[in-house]
This record gives sequence, C-alpha cells and structure tokens, in this order.
Amino acid sequence: MLTIDFLYYEGCPSHDVALDRLNTVLDEVGLSAQIHVTKVETDEQAQELRFPGSPTIRVEGQDIDPPDAAQVAYTLTCRAYRRPDGRITPLPTADLIRQALLAATQP
Amino acid sequence: MKPGDALIDFSLSGVEDAPVSPADFSDKTALAVVFSCNHCPYVRAWESRMVEIQAQYADKGFQMIAINANDPLKYPSDNLDAMKERAVEIGMNFPYLVDETQDIARAYGAERTPEFFLFDQDRVLRYHGALDDNYEDPSSVSHTYLKDAIEALLEGRAPSTETTPPVGCTIKWK
Repeated sequence: MLTIDFLYYEGCPSHDVALDRLNTVLDEVGLSAQIHVTKVETDEQAQELRFPGSPTIRVEGQDIDPPDAAQVAYTLTCRAYRRPDGRITPLPTADLIRQALLAATQP
Repeated sequence: MKPGDALIDFSLSGVEDAPVSPADFSDKTALAVVFSCNHCPYVRAWESRMVEIQAQYADKGFQMIAINANDPLKYPSDNLDAMKERAVEIGMNFPYLVDETQDIARAYGAERTPEFFLFDQDRVLRYHGALDDNYEDPSSVSHTYLKDAIEALLEGRAPSTETTPPVGCTIKWK
C-alpha cells in the first residue's frame, strides 16, 4: 500500500477537487493508498512541512511535481501546475498524478 | 458590493506609472473592475481569457481595469516590477493598477483573485463573480458568465446571471 501525503491551504478553493482527482486516479490504476491529509494553517507550519503551495501531493515522500529548489518559497499560497500544452493550472492533472503513482510502484 | 450598487471610484497608478480612474473610460458602455495579481495560478489560468475579452469587446464599448491589492512584501512576485513584466509577457491590453493601501479592495468587498465587478453605463454593478466556470480548460467552459453579462449590457439588456462565486486565491492582506 502506498503512502500519500496530501497537503492543502484553505485559501485555495480547489483542494477538494484535487483530493477527489487523486482518489479517482488511484481507482483507475488499481492502487490502494493510505492518504494523510494535512491542512497547513500558518507560514511556520508551511516552512516546517516544506510546503510549496496548495495542493501538494507526495507519493512515498516524493512530490508529484518537484518544485525548483532554487525558486521555491515555503508559504501559504496556491500552487501553479502546468498542463501538457504549457498553460498554468491550479490543480495537478490526472496524468501527472497517474505518472507519479506508477513511478512509485516501479521496482 | 452587491448588484445594484454604484461604482466605487478610485484613482490608482500601475504598470504605466500614471493614474487611472473609471472616469477615463466614461465613453464605455460596460466597465469591468477585476481584482487580480501575478502569483495566483487561478489568475494565470484565466488571464489569457481576460486579454481575449478585452480585445473582443474593446471596440464595442467595453473596458477592463485590473487592480492588484496583494501585499508585495509577503508575495514579491506581486510587486510593481513583476507586474510590469507580466503585463508585457501576456500582452495585457487593459490597465493593471496597484492598490497599495488595499482600501479599494476592502471598499469593494473583494476577497479573491480574480474577482470581477461589471458595471453598466450608469456605473451600477450588474455582475459580480467569476469569468467562467472552468479555470482549467477553456475548451470545456460551459458558462461564460462575464462574456454573457458584457454582451447583455452592450445590447442594453440586464445580465441573466448577476452573481457567481468568485474562484481564486485569497487577497493577501497586510
């Protein structure tokens, strides 16, 4: 069983959509996981958890879209992801989640 | 603000380093004030659609004004230099202003970025809320709330939808 950390900040409105998407993709790929949901409420907590923005999903401790270490700031903010066509979106795509889940199950 | 309320006036500078106020666009039939910013991914997802709407309706009597009220000390990517860069990057075709005191955002009751307030020719609020119903994928939009409201005003009709929940990042208060 995979261990997944789902971190969110309430100021970003679509974290529930992201969590639903994560569960949907888990079902699609036939994997079971223990999902730990963490609400990040302060900048101090964001620093402590190395939280680059909401939503953040870590599969077996690995961010599904690792942020650029040189540019990342750990704070209460919404996170930008990129769609395959390059456009910015506030949510990770199903493909991004799927690839991260499958990568985590590779030997 | 709620539909039926009168426009709250302002005079703010922005990326053009010159004051802009709604009175500068008194010849326009419809005026949208949008609280926006640089860093928010919801804004970034929608901003090309904002540019498209301004381009599509500019000659028909519409003007958009964007206001950034975020605290640039907490969010440096929302400072004026970054705003100027973003305006160039996306070909922003409407004023992009700074609400340094955050007084205008508070007066409007704005909470999110992006959050749209659309006024008619008498500068009465006729629509408040989101641009459309799909920030992720423009090709999957079902309801073009802001466009529909603009078209209604330009045709002398009342928008069929007056409010939708604004969707986006919270404004970063000082």
